[in-house]
Amino acid sequence: MKQTRNWVFLMLLLLLGVMISACSNDNDKKDTNKVPTNVPVTTDTPQEIVVRINDDPDFLDPHKATASISYQMILNIFEGLMAPETDGSLKEGLAESYEISQDGLTYTFKIRSGVKFHNGEDLTIEDIQYSFDRLMGKNGGEKMSNNFDNVASTEAPDTTTFVIKLKEPNSNFLYSLTARQAAIIPKSNDGKHNENPIGTGPFAYVKYAPGSNLVLKKNESYWKEGLPYLDKVTFAFQSDDQAAIMSLMANEVDLTSVPWQRVNEVENSHHLSHQNNNSSLIVTFNETKAPFDNIKVRQAMNYAISKADIIDSVFAGYAVPLGSNMSPAMGDYQKKGLEDKYKLDVAKAKALLAEAGYPDGFKTKITVSSHNDIYSNIAQIVAANLKEIGVDVEIEVVEWGIWLDRVYFGRDYTMTTIDLTGRASAYEILNDYISTNDSENFFLFKNEEYDNIMADVLKETDTAKQIAYYQRAQEILAEQAVSVYVADYQIVWGSDKQVIGLKSYPFWFHDMSEVKFSN
Amino acid sequence: MMYMIRRFILLMTTILLVSMITFGVFQILPGDPVRTMLGTEADATQIENLRSELGLDRPLYEQYTDWIKGLLTGELGHSIRFSMPVKDLLLDRLPVTMSLAVLTLTIVLMVSLPLGMFAARRQNKLSDVSLSTLTQIGMAVPSFWLGMMLILYVGMQFSFFKISGYIPWSQSIAGALSTLILPALTIAIPQIAVNFRYVRTAILEQMQLDYVRTIRSKGMSERNVMYKHVLKNAMIPILTVFGLIMAEVVAGTIIVEQVFSLPGVGQLLITAISNRDFPLVQGIVMYITVAVVVINFIVDILYSVLDPRIRLR
Amino acid sequence: MDIVKRYMKNINLLIGLLVIVGFLLVMITSFFYTPYDVNMMNIPEKLHSPSSKYLFGTDEFGRDIFSRMMKGTQTAFAVGLLTVIIGTSFGILIGGLAGFLGGWVDELFMRLMDALMAFPGIILALMLVAVFGPGVVNTAIALGVIAIPAISRIARSGFVQHRDAEYVLAAKLIGVKPYNIMFRHILPNISSQIIVAATVTFATAMLAEAALSYLGLGVQPPNPSWGRMLKDSQAYLVKASWYTFAPGGAITLLVLGLYMLSNAVRDYMDPRSK
Repeated sequence: MKQTRNWVFLMLLLLLGVMISACSNDNDKKDTNKVPTNVPVTTDTPQEIVVRINDDPDFLDPHKATASISYQMILNIFEGLMAPETDGSLKEGLAESYEISQDGLTYTFKIRSGVKFHNGEDLTIEDIQYSFDRLMGKNGGEKMSNNFDNVASTEAPDTTTFVIKLKEPNSNFLYSLTARQAAIIPKSNDGKHNENPIGTGPFAYVKYAPGSNLVLKKNESYWKEGLPYLDKVTFAFQSDDQAAIMSLMANEVDLTSVPWQRVNEVENSHHLSHQNNNSSLIVTFNETKAPFDNIKVRQAMNYAISKADIIDSVFAGYAVPLGSNMSPAMGDYQKKGLEDKYKLDVAKAKALLAEAGYPDGFKTKITVSSHNDIYSNIAQIVAANLKEIGVDVEIEVVEWGIWLDRVYFGRDYTMTTIDLTGRASAYEILNDYISTNDSENFFLFKNEEYDNIMADVLKETDTAKQIAYYQRAQEILAEQAVSVYVADYQIVWGSDKQVIGLKSYPFWFHDMSEVKFSN
Repeated sequence: MMYMIRRFILLMTTILLVSMITFGVFQILPGDPVRTMLGTEADATQIENLRSELGLDRPLYEQYTDWIKGLLTGELGHSIRFSMPVKDLLLDRLPVTMSLAVLTLTIVLMVSLPLGMFAARRQNKLSDVSLSTLTQIGMAVPSFWLGMMLILYVGMQFSFFKISGYIPWSQSIAGALSTLILPALTIAIPQIAVNFRYVRTAILEQMQLDYVRTIRSKGMSERNVMYKHVLKNAMIPILTVFGLIMAEVVAGTIIVEQVFSLPGVGQLLITAISNRDFPLVQGIVMYITVAVVVINFIVDILYSVLDPRIRLR
Repeated sequence: MDIVKRYMKNINLLIGLLVIVGFLLVMITSFFYTPYDVNMMNIPEKLHSPSSKYLFGTDEFGRDIFSRMMKGTQTAFAVGLLTVIIGTSFGILIGGLAGFLGGWVDELFMRLMDALMAFPGIILALMLVAVFGPGVVNTAIALGVIAIPAISRIARSGFVQHRDAEYVLAAKLIGVKPYNIMFRHILPNISSQIIVAATVTFATAMLAEAALSYLGLGVQPPNPSWGRMLKDSQAYLVKASWYTFAPGGAITLLVLGLYMLSNAVRDYMDPRSK
């Protein structure tokens, strides 16, 4: 009997659809009809913003979320003991202050008082203990991250102190304490972190409509006095870049990235701000496969591929050339001048190919993802450039999922192009994707000196010496021609009103806490 | 009653076959749902955790038999990408797609019927020929291009239209129309050509029949001949093509929802496929199958209403 | 007046033939001659508007759009014809067996075709391209597969109609093999319906290729494909609005020609619809 009823349900899906469309969601109605209560009367600009994002978050639970797109949004909800700064350094977050012991093994944090979660509860030391236990898989669940494998113990000697002891010193450890890697979440919300995420951040979760939007509202009792300015933030999902810019022109979104080619269409009517993305767009190779196991071939590629062509036609000039993974956005950490190490030189490229035993060039294949046109466009330029030195490149465009499966995780490829998204610290930028001890090293690059540097720098506490290590690492990447480091492209933000306080971080994060409109 | 049972069995077999095709394609489809969802930032631990949490570490055929079992109890399973029940996702998206489809059909009918009648009366005159050529151009334009052009030359010019997103009817009828008219036009324009042609042909066929000559000779006005007799009889062949058009409209929503960022079922299907979300793809494809079968069912019933000679078998 | 009327009647045939012959000529020419190398980039000359130097302007890489349009006819005909070949041969085989044999074969094949048809074509094509990999041939295979159900239905109804015709019974009586009856006797009699269906398939293949390109798959760059060019031109709708009309116009014109031709053939076969 029950089964028949359910069948009837399925059959009625259609009719139901029509009926729902006629008398839709009551919740929606309430939302829009509600008179905003806390709008300051002093300003006539509504303090609400609609920000366009390409895609849905993977999870709202900050410990489960992995995709960088999720953090762009949810870092507005959560905070960690430490907080990122726009220049790639760190400041105190939920920790008021911290101390590191001489041996670099014990981290002692003094917890800020008077912080409240969005549900009104006070932040307690139990919540911090709970958050770390959850990440490390110590309260019954699975381990949620590998970042804390180096942690020997955590303890709370009193109600305002939290101590983390490491097994080995790690000068980069503080970076894993930001909301991105270790968001502090309330124990009382256990089991509901994804359905109803609660944090201490400037904005509180309101609702998430898959494929449509994520709505946040102002955290009225935020511990930073006077922040945030906005009452409501809506992240609207729209995958088509071309449609998005038209939505901006039609005033349906307030803030979106503008496709580079179309910047001049909106520059007179809209406000633009430029953000260095800190990602490195690379053309790279599988370094275990002939002919790219040969350094001379890789150098030849570097001489033959025109960064200027790519920057000009794909990014309409909104990009800076790179010489290694490190972007100028990272300031002193970047080794300057590497971008000119391989100047476009077809003759030299040919000579190098001949030396490597390929005087007549060779045939190869570049596998790129279809989720953004920039990759197939770059592949076309690469193919045209390499044709000049006799290398015949076939372009294979595959879905993002297949690219991840085959190229990134499967490493079954010869050439590809991708942008490595920015990381908060110089260490992560240089270690992730490249170092042999990193599981994400999809170029399969192997270099002993490089690996030693990446191990030694963690034991080094002096910043100047760390920088020296990092700069040497960048030199190795250039010397070994690990990839063709093409460019760090800028994201050009267009907004309909004058938006101030938009900060750019060395990784993807739409920090809305200090954003406001001005007339 | 026998007819209903037969229809029902047919629907069940079709759903089963469709789900088997989806299953078959997924067997050989490269790409992994968890990796796609987590992207380049994921480490091995996170991937493994999520995979076992979602039960994706089991072979696909087990996931398929689970899905079938769920179906028998009216459950459509859980989406991998959105970590929520497929049923909820579908119910959330259906109003958008249904409204779009209904509006599209209304436009198709409202335009193609009068145009077809007009052209039939002026058979082979200049206006007839240019109408048929013009409507065929509408059929020949790639739909995403047509959508983009409508956005650029209509949507951007008149502030009434919204070019992205959806406003529910309950919130504002004008708002809903402002989000739906352009996408509906995009799907409707090619279908107008198809229906126009059928209406014109059907009416011409009727006009040649003896009964028309008889009533004309009895002195009935052209107007009455057309509206009281010809049109009514011409509806039967028109209905056949209308069933086909409805299926096209359902399929047409897929690309168009993408162009207009409408959060409907078609857009959800694209997301589901590119994320390799097996339960969600199964759920949506099943919905489309049910929709198409139900539409044909309705067409059949209308047939028997219009023409009492036709009995439902 | 009579002459005008006659031309009006045959306008479908006239325009249809004119368009297709025109494109065929362009295609043949493109094998020997294009004004510029189709894949040669000249980035300083990018997005040059139409002029006597570049008839249709240049694209974002400074490639000559006119040359790429010419070369694109090869891709269009390759994809279209291959799709038609795959779609019709399997469609006739499946529909023919179902219609000719009837019984459970008919039931099985047709249910399977119903199921395939329930899949929105573009989705099935998307999945098939993911399986086979991209490229001209693979795109055509995917588009061919989605064309099979429609053609097999047409073939089936043709075979059912002729299955019990007198000439078939006569052939059976004198011991002609079933294979020969199907393909030597019945098939020629329904060939005009198949031709109409094939022409329409060609047209829909063009539109489906454009849709696949919109979703980022389909024929691979740098091979010039109209669908891909149309998609690429979206970024320049305002800045270089002429860019989009070359590929968009070519697809529309060819598809229009094919539809008109198919209508002309249908009218010719079925005098009632004239």
